[in-house]
Amino acid sequence: MYEFTYHRPGSVADAVKLLADPDARAMSGGMTLIPTLKQRLARPTAVVDLSGIGELKGITVSGGTVKIGGMTTHATVASSADVAKAIPALAKLAAHIGDAQVRNRGTMGGSVANHDPAADYPGAVLALGATVHTNTRAIAADDFFNGMFSTALEPGEIVTAISFPVPEKAAYVKFPNPASRYAMVGVFVAKGPAGVRVAVTGAGANGVFRHAAMEAALAKNWSAAALDGVTTPVDDLNGDIHASKEYRAHLIGVMAKRAVAAAG
Amino acid sequence: MPQVSLKVNGKPVTAEVEGRTLLVDLLRETLRLTGTHVGCDTSQCGACVVHIDGESVKACTILAVQVQGSDVLTIEGLAAADGTLHPMQEAFREYHALQCGFCTPGMVMSAIDLVKKNPKGLSEQEIREGLEGNLCRCTGYHNIVKAIDAAQQVMHGKVKELPRAAE
Repeated sequence: MYEFTYHRPGSVADAVKLLADPDARAMSGGMTLIPTLKQRLARPTAVVDLSGIGELKGITVSGGTVKIGGMTTHATVASSADVAKAIPALAKLAAHIGDAQVRNRGTMGGSVANHDPAADYPGAVLALGATVHTNTRAIAADDFFNGMFSTALEPGEIVTAISFPVPEKAAYVKFPNPASRYAMVGVFVAKGPAGVRVAVTGAGANGVFRHAAMEAALAKNWSAAALDGVTTPVDDLNGDIHASKEYRAHLIGVMAKRAVAAAG
Repeated sequence: MPQVSLKVNGKPVTAEVEGRTLLVDLLRETLRLTGTHVGCDTSQCGACVVHIDGESVKACTILAVQVQGSDVLTIEGLAAADGTLHPMQEAFREYHALQCGFCTPGMVMSAIDLVKKNPKGLSEQEIREGLEGNLCRCTGYHNIVKAIDAAQQVMHGKVKELPRAAE
């Protein structure tokens, strides 16, 4: 790691001030940032640790919405009885991110802000039609993700919370890489206030994306059989040593059917 | 240089570190607690797992400054003062749950967190899944799983003595 100055502000306002330095980086759980720093792939002058900001943590359920603070860990979401009751698919997703040690540190805000193409949470945010709240504004999921490791966040903008409308039905099924356990393909299906939405993670060359053809088929007939014959164009898919574009396209269909079946 | 104050295995510790110093380096290099191992150094193998305020964490993927004010428990802090082993350590010995032993400190620390978080008890499959963040290249995991299953019975007070391994 290159040298940097470490800060642990106690409020969002203080964090924003520290992040006015263009070479400072915000850190949530650090599960991606610390490995990145260790490999010297980033050289921030300052690391602004958000873990001391109490207002960024916690889960509230009210009026058909689950609101989760940006610094809430995956383990907290996975073990929350409130989340399990309102959106069981989200609790289950959180319970299968990385491993237990990563879930104890990694956060929802960090995952979403990082937009790793193989991350799980972006699939939930997009399929559930969630809203990403930051220190300056609220961003609709459809406007938030805009390319691999890229989002609508401005430099220095912090994800404070994410609110999810409670769906009628939802499920997430992924095909983890057998070694890394990262999603080679993950499909989140949801039927709810935001309509029928299908989000695919792990497979897109530009990160998470919605699957319009599957959404149309499921809007007409919510069943795994409705997805028979619905294909995924390979042009914008990711192909690598783990899986070709064609194989990922095939897996999207399989995972989507399993997800619809699991959602009931 | 930043100063960090924390408790390690119950004892207050204050040390000077750099912002970039990893917790595992503070433990091994500064405090000479070399029971916590560095295997992959890329957050995958789990040889460096310690508990921070009761939660299992990979000590190679957290900065020392982040644990300011925390309670850190390492493998050295598990046994009682009179040398009596923690039930998980005893079970690893009884069930021959190690061969080279390199992954063992992390395995034991992860296993204790796993068992504590599942007071209703874990099935064999759940133990295997719960060890996702720990790699062992010798044992094939089989005896590790058996050891954790035996230890959970003691830790949850279902039996007083560790069930003995088959001869």
